[in-house]
Amino acid sequence: MKSTAALDVSGLPEFGFGHRSLLWWGTICLMAIEGTAFALTIVEYMYLKGRVPHWPPGFAAPRLLWGTTNLIIILASTLPNQLAKNAAERFDVRGVRIWMVVCMVFALAFNVVRAFEFTGLNVWWDSNAYGSVVWFLLGMHTVHVMTDFADSLVLTVLFFTGPIDEHRFVDISENAMYWYFVVLAWIPIYAVIYLAPRVF
Amino acid sequence: MSRELTGTPEFLDADARLTSEALEREERQLRDTWKYARGFFGWCAETDHKRIGRRFLVTAFVWFAMAGVLAAMMRIQLSRPENTFLGPDLYNQIFTTHGTAMMFLFAVPVWLALGIYMVPLQVGARTMCFPRLLAYGYWMFLFGGIFLFLNFFLNTGPDVGWFSYPPLAGPEYGIGKRPDVWAQLITFSEVSSLVVATCIFCTVLKLRTPGMSLNRIPLFVWSMVVVSAMILFAMPAVMVSSTCLILDRLVSTHFFNAAEGGDPILWQHLFWFFGHPEVYIIFLPALGAISEIISTFTGRPVVGYVAMILSLIATAFIGFGVWVHHMFATGLPQLGQSFFTAASIMIVVPTSVQIFNWIATVWSARRLQLTSPMLYALSFFFIFIIGGLTGVMLAAVPLDRQVHDTFFVVAHFHYVLIGGSIFPLLGTVTFWFPKLTGRMMDERLGKLAFWILFVGFNVTFFPMHLLGLAGMPRRVYTYPASMGWGDMNLLASIGAGIMALSLLIYLVNVVVSLRSGALAGDNPWGVATLDGATASPPPPYNFLPQPTVGSREPLWHTDIAAPAVVGLAPDKREVLVTHVLDAEPDHRYEMPGPSIWPLVTALSTTLMFVWSIFSPWGAVWGSIPIAVALIFWFWPTRGKSPERLAADAAAGQLTPREMVS
Repeated sequence: MKSTAALDVSGLPEFGFGHRSLLWWGTICLMAIEGTAFALTIVEYMYLKGRVPHWPPGFAAPRLLWGTTNLIIILASTLPNQLAKNAAERFDVRGVRIWMVVCMVFALAFNVVRAFEFTGLNVWWDSNAYGSVVWFLLGMHTVHVMTDFADSLVLTVLFFTGPIDEHRFVDISENAMYWYFVVLAWIPIYAVIYLAPRVF
Repeated sequence: MSRELTGTPEFLDADARLTSEALEREERQLRDTWKYARGFFGWCAETDHKRIGRRFLVTAFVWFAMAGVLAAMMRIQLSRPENTFLGPDLYNQIFTTHGTAMMFLFAVPVWLALGIYMVPLQVGARTMCFPRLLAYGYWMFLFGGIFLFLNFFLNTGPDVGWFSYPPLAGPEYGIGKRPDVWAQLITFSEVSSLVVATCIFCTVLKLRTPGMSLNRIPLFVWSMVVVSAMILFAMPAVMVSSTCLILDRLVSTHFFNAAEGGDPILWQHLFWFFGHPEVYIIFLPALGAISEIISTFTGRPVVGYVAMILSLIATAFIGFGVWVHHMFATGLPQLGQSFFTAASIMIVVPTSVQIFNWIATVWSARRLQLTSPMLYALSFFFIFIIGGLTGVMLAAVPLDRQVHDTFFVVAHFHYVLIGGSIFPLLGTVTFWFPKLTGRMMDERLGKLAFWILFVGFNVTFFPMHLLGLAGMPRRVYTYPASMGWGDMNLLASIGAGIMALSLLIYLVNVVVSLRSGALAGDNPWGVATLDGATASPPPPYNFLPQPTVGSREPLWHTDIAAPAVVGLAPDKREVLVTHVLDAEPDHRYEMPGPSIWPLVTALSTTLMFVWSIFSPWGAVWGSIPIAVALIFWFWPTRGKSPERLAADAAAGQLTPREMVS
């Protein structure tokens, strides 16, 4: 009977959190893609702004109320988000349930206020190029908030209905990381949409 | 080679043993666990990277053949002055569809296809990261190609050039749905490329076999990592711009409408911010493949491994800073033009480093074998350097202004793309044909096809330099006899015929070799990389046992101890996940098996994309079936009830936390 030297890996765990997991790296790639898209849209905004003497051209700046409200909501949402992440990383099913539901309430509130944000832009997408780029920027972020809301909802439901195993805790953890990206993206986009027309 | 590159890291000090008996037992189980899905349903649900890679490759070559026929039709039309073979409208659709298909449906995907097949084999992995996502990427690629050519045959093929400039492509001049077809094809191909890039990127970072630290990754794999990263940052630019174009056309936004504060030049900036890196996305994998071929047929590692990798990365970075050289004729400020001239010329540096390293490798060959893959690799030097030199010429603003939009540019980019990518590609397909099919391609036919192609290519495209200098603009469907361009055009058309003949011989070689080529064995060329350590074609689980590596050329340094991996569950599709830098074993991970949902999701995505050409509500209502399909895709089929899992957690029966975080 022949035999060769072997590296036994049977004692290793079947998953890992953070940068050890495949999903983390997949999410990083997604964030690179989406982050570049956001950045280029901001570049588009600045480019168009540089072509006219007055900004915003021909329209009042967007209302601060709803956008700022949403900034507060989304910053506050990082708290339940982190608590859900912590709960997942200590395999706490009850904690995940509680904090994911709280996250869902925040995301829902954000989406509702977002509808008001669109009405407070004071310009239509087909009014001029300024209107187009503002709607596009806000629309792109909205797509992210809505899709993240939908997929977080599926995960939350899963934690009430099953079937789940340890891998789903990793999903919750990576989902929380992606929400941080959506939050962090909103800060510069908020500044561009609401502050740039006032500052410049 | 220094000690650290060949030494065995501590974690590879194996004390376990693998007996031949255990190996046989494991093989039986693995064959059952990883078996390919059968039947039509199984074909639709397939997630194996080799099957998908092969499909990807064949599909890309089908689009290549169709775009090639379009090229031949253009050459027939231009072969003599005032020809009436094609009318102007059809000619516009033909050159646009040719360029669009070649760039988006062939040149990028075909290398991704080879990456999908070879990367997991070269890094010693059982499969690819995110296999279902990979399947989705393939379906989107397939449906995108069908979408483009279907529209072409319905006389709604795009007709405003492969870069689709507004205002010609905007709502005012681009009447009908033709520019929308172009913009939506871009969406298909970008989704596909982004998905595949993510899969390749994560595979290389996390699924490398133990011992394959960053400084032992094969050069082809390095090139695929760099290209994947480029795709992640370049594709969003065309994603943003093509979406804005669709919005301008569909819901009257004004991004590119100068009358309402928009700017058509903005389109050019965004498009070329993608478009120039795209050139390197096409070309860098070829560089990686050339390194593999040259190393194999000189019998030595490529000179300057680290310099080669740094050059790839440098090219990728600089590639993002040169886009304006496509826009010199738009009247940008002179300082900007000078900056982009300098940046464009800077590309010469990393490219030259690689070329000199290859020359040094060939120079110091242990045993030089002029096989047909090697001929293709060497022809790259000749053709690509001509293309590179005209590139340096075009980077100079005064010359660029003179020959902008002439056949000189057409000649330049065909030299760069065909010389830089297609010649190496045909060589690489010959090189890896045995791994893909288990059989060798015929060398005599291979060399014949090569030489005919080499002659045909130069006869076709060299005269175009002269035509461009003589003032012949590109994209004209005909020209008057008095211009004196007739002879050169006829010569170019004859060359195109010769190229077609050689590609036909290549195809015949493929078909004949598939049936009756010599059996290849595991490693017919004697490669140094791990793909030579498994059968041709590899079994569904790729390796048994999974090898580890103790050096950069594991199959050439068999004296260095590299223990086999044991302990992965053979009754699950389990893979070994390793750390990013040193590929130290980290955890075991069960990969998902075949699934029909990627196909269903791709079909519903296609519905949404096509619907939204006609109505903005298509994007709204069309996203509902996608969401439903995605939920079915992700919904787990196995697991416990949450209560049960919570009880297990409370009882401390889950994996200890310190092991996983």
